[in-house]
Amino acid sequence: MGILINKDTRVVCQGITGQAGSFHAERMLEYGTKLVAGVTPGKGGTTHQGVPVFDNVLDAVTNLRANASVIYVPAAFAADAIMEATEAGIELVVCITEGIPTLDIIRVKKYLSTKKTRLIGPNCPGIITPDACKIGIMPGYIHKPGNVGVVSRSGTLTYEAVWQLTQRGIGQSTCIGIGGDPIVGTDFVDVLRLFQEDKETKAIVLIGEIGGSAEEEAAEIIKQEITKPVIGFIAGSTAPPGRRMGHAGAIISGNKGTAVSKITALKNAGVAIVDSPADIGETVAKVIEQARIS
Amino acid sequence: MKLYEFQAKDILKKYGVCVPRGKAISHSCDASKIFQEIGSNRCVVKAQVLAGGRGKGGGIQFATTSAEAQASAAGMLGTHLVTRQTSQEGIEIKYVLIEEAVSIKKELYLAITIDRSLKTPMLIASGEGGVEIEEVAKKSPDKIIREPIDIFFGVHPFQTRRIASKLGISGISSARLNSLITNLFRTFINNDCSLLEINPLVVTMSDELCALDAKMDIDDNALYRHPEFEQMSQYQDISPVEALVKKYKLSYINLDGNIGCLVNGAGLAMATMDIIKLHGGEPANFLDVGGDASLEQVTQAFKIILSDSKVKAILINIFGGIMKCDVIASGIVQAIQEVGIHIPLVVRLEGTNVDIAKKILANSGLSIIPANNMKEAASLVVKASEHGYSHK
Repeated sequence: MGILINKDTRVVCQGITGQAGSFHAERMLEYGTKLVAGVTPGKGGTTHQGVPVFDNVLDAVTNLRANASVIYVPAAFAADAIMEATEAGIELVVCITEGIPTLDIIRVKKYLSTKKTRLIGPNCPGIITPDACKIGIMPGYIHKPGNVGVVSRSGTLTYEAVWQLTQRGIGQSTCIGIGGDPIVGTDFVDVLRLFQEDKETKAIVLIGEIGGSAEEEAAEIIKQEITKPVIGFIAGSTAPPGRRMGHAGAIISGNKGTAVSKITALKNAGVAIVDSPADIGETVAKVIEQARIS
Repeated sequence: MKLYEFQAKDILKKYGVCVPRGKAISHSCDASKIFQEIGSNRCVVKAQVLAGGRGKGGGIQFATTSAEAQASAAGMLGTHLVTRQTSQEGIEIKYVLIEEAVSIKKELYLAITIDRSLKTPMLIASGEGGVEIEEVAKKSPDKIIREPIDIFFGVHPFQTRRIASKLGISGISSARLNSLITNLFRTFINNDCSLLEINPLVVTMSDELCALDAKMDIDDNALYRHPEFEQMSQYQDISPVEALVKKYKLSYINLDGNIGCLVNGAGLAMATMDIIKLHGGEPANFLDVGGDASLEQVTQAFKIILSDSKVKAILINIFGGIMKCDVIASGIVQAIQEVGIHIPLVVRLEGTNVDIAKKILANSGLSIIPANNMKEAASLVVKASEHGYSHK
């Protein structure tokens, strides 16, 4: 089952005729995602990757009942694309685009606060429920259906974690990359709650990184609401303080946002912390085994 | 992008914020002319570096004559300023700002930044100005005033009244605070700032509010809609490597170790550094080639690592998603063909088009140490860096 998406999710791809949009639309179709439409202003009426292209999202919703959107449009147009999808009645918007100005996302968040639409990202790899629906840029073959929910701020580090699980025969219910920007549509707390409610998810992997306080906030919720076992890894524990490590998110200042602060908070919430990024799969296997015994 | 104090003040002035009269110079011979133009009997000469703690490092000096101003400027320009926020070598002073000294009744702190948890611009104020705000926050958190600002509405007058009363400001200064905060918020929004900090904001003897210092950081993601900063960036101090990094839109930070890293994605790049350390090695850099790097970007990234003389071994760790492994592989091959390589290279590839990538590397005839996973990659590269193994 998984969360937010399933085999019936009908996806529209905004920016389908662009380089990234085109490449990943093809991959999504290969994976079996019901990619029903594409949108590129001015190219309505054509087809791309065998999918009908519309001038706007509303036409895709009206004609082909799309209920989820994936956005590959350039950063300068991404905020508008998110709001267009929302206005058209799309329930889930996954924004892959990186480099969107922070103030644009603050405006979008404020706009979304009165809407029912959920935004994942921006600057994220997307969401996948293995063998059912893949919305995003993650390589499909590394996933396997199962019972572990994965949520992460990183893209490639999520693939790393998922690949370790799959190689050990541990499948995933749903994997979500929430995005590496300082402000994102859906945060750890939202996803943790969804995984807690999901019958299929038996354990949760949370991958965080230095900077911000999203992991500390997640720890609070884990302590109070999450009864399923959580396994955590925090990237950047060896990063020198005061230096910005690529993700705008990954900035440490003072004691706030350090790996130590995050790891302590998560440990106190009962999360099994993995020290080496190579041991994520192994630790999940152990935790699942323990849960089975007890 | 961080702006110099003089650049930030020029912008603030355009938005109606009071700043002391002054001008930045890069040649000390201009100092006495500027001193005379300002026409005040007391000026301050301020080293322009992108680091705090300048006063204690000798980067802020007073002058009462044009000769003194000239001497101060000459003493600073071209030297390196060391503060607690810089490295031990310090930062070269290329510009000094000469401005009128202002008579101070009260020093305040005022800043606008982004609150990540509340997802809103946040105004931060304190009656304890002129000192490090982090210290104030630690010692007496009750002296920090926070007001979230609505991105669409802007600052509400009731908010500035609330701040004024908490700061103990009344009368004419209170009205001035309202317009100042409104102007600061306009500056923040219109320039896509991620930080706008005035410390100290002073109340002068004539009850004016004046920005004595200014720190302005611009959101790099928004630079595309601000061509005006392109012009300013020529003043910014960047090394040749940093210029390359900027040109090719890479994310690179030089560190102290000897293992060069080339990784895609910031999270995986940090995790790669972590695992190198766990295996007893020291990363020489953080390098994220990004989500959708081109062949040229990868080639340049690899060249930057190769140009670092302290690098004794290189680890390439790629998990392709939006990034295709074959692009990475071609980039590596191209870079090595162009510049050569004399140190061990460990490559771990996984993800989109990995099979094509492995073929490219295998067919290149280059001596590459392949690794099947992160643990193996880390262990191999740490060993290689220690043994000084070299390619034939």
